[in-house]
Amino acid sequence: MTLHQVLRITGRDEVQHTRLQELTDMGHLQLDVWKKPIDLSTPVDIRVPSNSLQTVKALLEDADIPYSVMIKDLQAVLDQEMEHMGFRATEPKHTDDYDYGNYHNGDEIYSFQDMLVAENPNLVSKIVIGRSYEGRPLNVLKFSTGGTNRPGIWIHSGIHSREWITQASGTWFAKKIVTDYGRDPVLKAIIDHMDIFLEIMVNPDGYYYTHTNDRMWRKTRKPNPGSSCVGVDPNRNWDAGFGTTGSSNDPCQQTYRGPMPHSEPEVKAIVDFVKSHGNLKAFIDLHSYSQRLMYPYGYTKNPCKDQRELHDLARKAISDLATLYGTPYTYGSVITTIYQARGITIDWAYNQGIKYSYTMELRDTGRYGFLLPANQIIPTAEETWLGLKTIMSYTKDNTK
Amino acid sequence: METGELNPNYYPARRAAAVVQHYLNTRYGSPYRWMFLGNVHNASSEDVTEGRKYQLELTIQEMISNVSGPCSAELLFPGAGTPQVQASCDWLLPNNTRAQEEAFYQQHRDSHNLVSGDRIPDSYGHMEPTMKPFWHLGGVASSFIMLEQSNQSTLYNMAQVANFTQLETEKDQLRFQYHVLLHEMVSQEIIHWKMLITWSPAEGVKVLQTDLQPKCNCEDPPDSIN
Repeated sequence: MTLHQVLRITGRDEVQHTRLQELTDMGHLQLDVWKKPIDLSTPVDIRVPSNSLQTVKALLEDADIPYSVMIKDLQAVLDQEMEHMGFRATEPKHTDDYDYGNYHNGDEIYSFQDMLVAENPNLVSKIVIGRSYEGRPLNVLKFSTGGTNRPGIWIHSGIHSREWITQASGTWFAKKIVTDYGRDPVLKAIIDHMDIFLEIMVNPDGYYYTHTNDRMWRKTRKPNPGSSCVGVDPNRNWDAGFGTTGSSNDPCQQTYRGPMPHSEPEVKAIVDFVKSHGNLKAFIDLHSYSQRLMYPYGYTKNPCKDQRELHDLARKAISDLATLYGTPYTYGSVITTIYQARGITIDWAYNQGIKYSYTMELRDTGRYGFLLPANQIIPTAEETWLGLKTIMSYTKDNTK
Repeated sequence: METGELNPNYYPARRAAAVVQHYLNTRYGSPYRWMFLGNVHNASSEDVTEGRKYQLELTIQEMISNVSGPCSAELLFPGAGTPQVQASCDWLLPNNTRAQEEAFYQQHRDSHNLVSGDRIPDSYGHMEPTMKPFWHLGGVASSFIMLEQSNQSTLYNMAQVANFTQLETEKDQLRFQYHVLLHEMVSQEIIHWKMLITWSPAEGVKVLQTDLQPKCNCEDPPDSIN
């Protein structure tokens, strides 16, 4: 309805009234009569599609029929209404009513997390591992059937805020775990032996910023002293090969590594948690886009000690992922597959002894890029889940 | 730099193949024909006096008709300047899109209702169906810039059409002003370009002017790029 207008027209006499009726009968103009020409005293409201506007106005002016523009751009009005409606009417009260096939803002994701915990107190708990630069809680959902410091699997999304498919998928995974725990023997076997830790919004400040100001924002939102440029690339801020080629020392650039490793509270919070947990066996860092599954290292060409095993597991994972929709993934180490990158999450995690460390770039391969249509959220999450289960299952089988 | 056979899944081959994709768009692209890279099957490279030469066997996907096919290409990255590409994709014949292109051309040729749009796709990946051909056209035209800007350390995609405006038809060519956002994967930067382009079924896409937009490091108020 962009640039459709609603015109209010008042025929001044019988002749004009007839002309008006004839006008509304002209099919090719695609007029949508909101208020019909009943009698002379009642104005007629007509929605005119943008490509008929010139014609209609010309006809009215030729016949000397007065009109006024009631609504200059119908789409703008509808958008405003939708915002209002959306805010009031569709706030779900239960995770069963949450719309997984759509993108949500930060508030909605926080709400979702709390609802999920409240609905599944025996399986899910929330751990606040820290606060973002702007003071937002850094929440991790823990899925556990008990035990004491069981071996764990860490999955996180949204480290780069513009990669919206990751936060959306993370939300879907959270719901999937509680829904399928009782129904999927593979999942049950995993959770009966290991805990899953899921941090859906690693970079909430960035995520809020992509909604309010800049959809393409990637970094954190911490100001850089001495620079007008804000933010650090949280996936170059880890203490693994930190510095030089593969990250930037310019605060204005997208891959700015920060003043020192773990300078970003969002990163430090995970580092502290992982170290204090001490028993994580797999670590998966979700990104978009490119459709790649990668293992360490990004900072060096030297193959990691477990390269053979990680390579074979990656091959299996992407093959299982593709069984659903045939989505092709490439795989390999970060440095050979995509580029040299220093200070990345999985290099740090791997060097902490977390063997099954992977980074995944989800859909697509560039057609929509970061702006992946919402109707691809569920298919992406579903196929990615198959790949994740392969990795998690293998981890469980290879963990004492 | 590796010489000889390259792993077709690793980035040197894939970056070279993306350049071929952009080249094909400049040659064959239209509002109803937009090419993307599928798989790379074989790749090799070597140093030559003029720069670095690649030989590639790859699959190209035409996005609108959803047809894929094989291409062979030879590509030279010179020391500086635009990569030079030769490619043959025998299946890329301008036949099946003729009708749609003609209809689109006729619909927009008369300058009575000049079209414009912005945020294509929007933040949620959505666009009005009538905007789709303009999205394709923006992508194809962006390939001219992306081809010119490519080197062995870059990988480009068009991230979004920030806005476009149709201008008066001139010499039977539809004319548009476009503002596009390009995503460069290695630096992860979003680069803004404005361009003046023309198109007709007969002449194809031509880019008359390009204008790199300065990167604003100021903290912008909410803008139309949302």
